[in-house]
Amino acid sequence: MGIKIIATASKMPARTVTNCELTEFLDTSDEWITSMTGIKARGVCGSPDELTQLAAEAAKIALDRADMSLSEIDTIICATMSGDYLMPSMACCVLEQLNTLYENKRDCPAYDINAACSGFVYALDLADSVIAAGKAKNILLVSAEMMSRALNWQDRTTCILFGDGAAATILTAGDNLKYIRITAEAQIKPLFTKANTNTPFAASEPAFLEMQGQNVYRFAVKTIEREINLALTTLNLQPDEIDFFLLHQANTRIIEGAQTRLKLPKHKFPTNIQNHGNMSAASIPVLLDELITSKTIQPGNRLILLGFGAGMTCGTAVLDY
Amino acid sequence: MLEKIIKVLREYKSDESLQVTENSTFEELELDSLDLVQLVMDVEEAFDVTIEMETPITTVAELMETIKKANA
Repeated sequence: MGIKIIATASKMPARTVTNCELTEFLDTSDEWITSMTGIKARGVCGSPDELTQLAAEAAKIALDRADMSLSEIDTIICATMSGDYLMPSMACCVLEQLNTLYENKRDCPAYDINAACSGFVYALDLADSVIAAGKAKNILLVSAEMMSRALNWQDRTTCILFGDGAAATILTAGDNLKYIRITAEAQIKPLFTKANTNTPFAASEPAFLEMQGQNVYRFAVKTIEREINLALTTLNLQPDEIDFFLLHQANTRIIEGAQTRLKLPKHKFPTNIQNHGNMSAASIPVLLDELITSKTIQPGNRLILLGFGAGMTCGTAVLDY
Repeated sequence: MLEKIIKVLREYKSDESLQVTENSTFEELELDSLDLVQLVMDVEEAFDVTIEMETPITTVAELMETIKKANA
């Protein structure tokens, strides 16, 4: 394993929408949303290209924290499924913004990876391989999602769940990644967003995110339990040797359910979904950044990062900070 | 089977005096849709079966019927 994290940053949209604001146009309530999901508010972008701006600002902060210039970044990988453009990649959009911010003309590989809510851990695995192959020394990993653009805002079972946000993580060669495993059961029905199609030959109804909540919940809780146990067994670690379990922030009920089944203490499962909703690929790196910034995570802490999501994908990493 | 389900339910609710009959609905037992998923997972382990949740399960009797089908 050949990477370590040298800096993190995150950036949220200017606008926050509370549960109470949702009740102005949805038949729902703050009490119901809170009890079923733990979510109280979520960031929502106010323009179609705000996400690129957020991602570039997060990247700039991370570079500053790493005391690095843009010219030292060899590759940009963006974990996203809801970027501002279908093409070019979100990574290219971020690089263009960064070149403007730095008055630079950086030219390096920049591409996206889509593994839905497992995207950050999938991207970590990719970054590890790129660095191990000697193709890059320093990687900027951007995780950015504008989930609000994928939602049917009349569907009270899904639109309450998600939020927008961006994170940036600077990776370099190191030996802090102790374990990584990515999987895909490749089931579509439980959670998907179809591509919108409108041609003279094929047309579809406007497509939004659709989810079978109970099936996703069951997959998530079972997968978290299995994958954490597998990681611990593989590394011959005891649960108390892990300082924090940073799970994808999909629903506090999923996190509590998994924590209960694993019989591990609640304080080792930090959450931020209360303020952000489910930010898909951005959820773990935003949580990581917030915990590092608040000094909750300290150098030397051992972390398990675990993402799960559409495609019934999962990514699990054991990482020393 | 009912006694075993009651044991699982009491453990899940952390309530040793929880009153449960075959006719109890999960709504009466104050279990929402996500509690029900957790309960089904606990029942799967207790009975060593795999339970499909394609049709709604709203009562203890329906859960018992589903377990019987899974065992068949």
